[in-house]
Amino acid sequence: MKNGNSVLVVEGVTLQYRTKSHLVTAVYRVSFNVQRSDRFVILGPSGCGKSTLLKAVGGFVHPVEGSITLGGAPILKPGRDRVFVFQEFDQLLPWKTVKENITFALGTTERFSRSEADERALHYIRKVNLSEFANSYPHTLSGGMKQRAAIARAMALEPQVLLMDEPFAALDALTRSNLQEELLRLWDEMKFTMLFVTHSIPEAIRLGNRILLLSVRPGQVKAEINSQGADAARIEQILFDRPIAERGSHE
Amino acid sequence: MSEPRPELFYNVSNSAFNVVQKPLTGWGRLYEIGVLRKVVLLAVLGLIWEIYGRRLGDENLLPTLIQTAKALLSSVQTGELPKAAFYTIMLLLKGYFAGLLLAGLLTAFASVTRVGADLLETLTAMFNPLPSIALLPLAMVWFGLSERSLIFVLIHAVVWSVALNTHAGFSGVSPTLRMVGQSYGLSKVSFILRILVPGAFPSILTGLKVGWAFAWRTLIASELVFGASGRSGGLGWFIYINKVEYLIPNVFAGLLTIMIFGLFVEYGIFRAIEKRTVQRWGMQQ
Repeated sequence: MKNGNSVLVVEGVTLQYRTKSHLVTAVYRVSFNVQRSDRFVILGPSGCGKSTLLKAVGGFVHPVEGSITLGGAPILKPGRDRVFVFQEFDQLLPWKTVKENITFALGTTERFSRSEADERALHYIRKVNLSEFANSYPHTLSGGMKQRAAIARAMALEPQVLLMDEPFAALDALTRSNLQEELLRLWDEMKFTMLFVTHSIPEAIRLGNRILLLSVRPGQVKAEINSQGADAARIEQILFDRPIAERGSHE
Repeated sequence: MSEPRPELFYNVSNSAFNVVQKPLTGWGRLYEIGVLRKVVLLAVLGLIWEIYGRRLGDENLLPTLIQTAKALLSSVQTGELPKAAFYTIMLLLKGYFAGLLLAGLLTAFASVTRVGADLLETLTAMFNPLPSIALLPLAMVWFGLSERSLIFVLIHAVVWSVALNTHAGFSGVSPTLRMVGQSYGLSKVSFILRILVPGAFPSILTGLKVGWAFAWRTLIASELVFGASGRSGGLGWFIYINKVEYLIPNVFAGLLTIMIFGLFVEYGIFRAIEKRTVQRWGMQQ
């Protein structure tokens, strides 16, 4: 807010959800600013509420206190200016081909004619190296290819901020490493703004330029650091409040 | 005592394969044709029927396949059977589509509001186990001896199984897909039609099939009980009247007609839809 460059401003956000028997506080008074072209990573152990936080930015969950604003406007509901890439492989509509998945998404914006949408879809499919599979149905693709298609779909919408919820967590190590590389290459080219949630310290250091460290249940901000020169051991120390050697059964 | 094992490296070349892709032999290829397999199966079943019928030698107990076919042919020539079949099918379609419409409305309501879901679940639990034919006497009181009674009963036969399956299918659509749909900012109607319906299509198809079968059974049973409603009779009436006149080959011809329709609808319509939708989308093997 004070900073003119901020795209996404999260201020004192507390998130709670209800189960059958409990009211659970997932995230407590979290604040951060995401600037244009940031690769902003939210890093924390499982159960720190980082996915819930991302869903709140997505507009699926509403904060009980604090505010989230995108380009100055409060976030009230899901919208196309914040597009998700999920961890799950079933995020592509199975009844549409890779290309149709993208053109369908573009079609909902009513900004493009059919031929423009086609062209744009193919352009982004090429960017993620899926040209050969543009007309394939999702079930014929490997996990890594599905995630690439989901990334292409998200980028084609040119959102103000790209929300990535551990998109590579379910992939094997080789594919994950390839996709991280590709994502960085795409970012170099297009400089989009992204908010990336992960529980992997190396991934956070590799992909982010700025890293938000969250504590366990309820998630509270422990630190916000630059990834340049960040050191995995130090991050681990901050996250878990103790020397690395003592870390044992916790995960 | 043990030496380190040597590391091994190989040159890989693709030219040395004997078989990468080999076309299937003649029989193998024929066996892959589903229609052919089923036609052969039907022929075998028909043959068993024919042989057993001939051994029995009593066409008023079990006419042979050929006798049935002859009866079928002559009933077709007199125009009696086509008329009955046409009447039944028109009625069936009316009842079926009215049932689908009602099921669609109920499920749409159920997927938008909680009250709707509760209503649908309660109604289905109450009415689904109730045989439609049990409602026929009541329908006759309400609507008289008219087509409307039969359509009422048909709707009851169709609506619950279709609604139940569609509703179950909707709730089975993954949260991820739902969130994808929501983030596109689709309207409620659009969300149902473009995300929930295709996402739940395997269950919807099952519902349609079950509903279709229920509709047939109910209609034939109703016609048997009800006889000619007003002016003309359907297939059930055809079967009933021929039984009364002790023309058993004709009874079999009527039954065979129903089975032929069953085969046609299953393979000609439902399977064709499956192939183009759920199988192509990888939602069903």
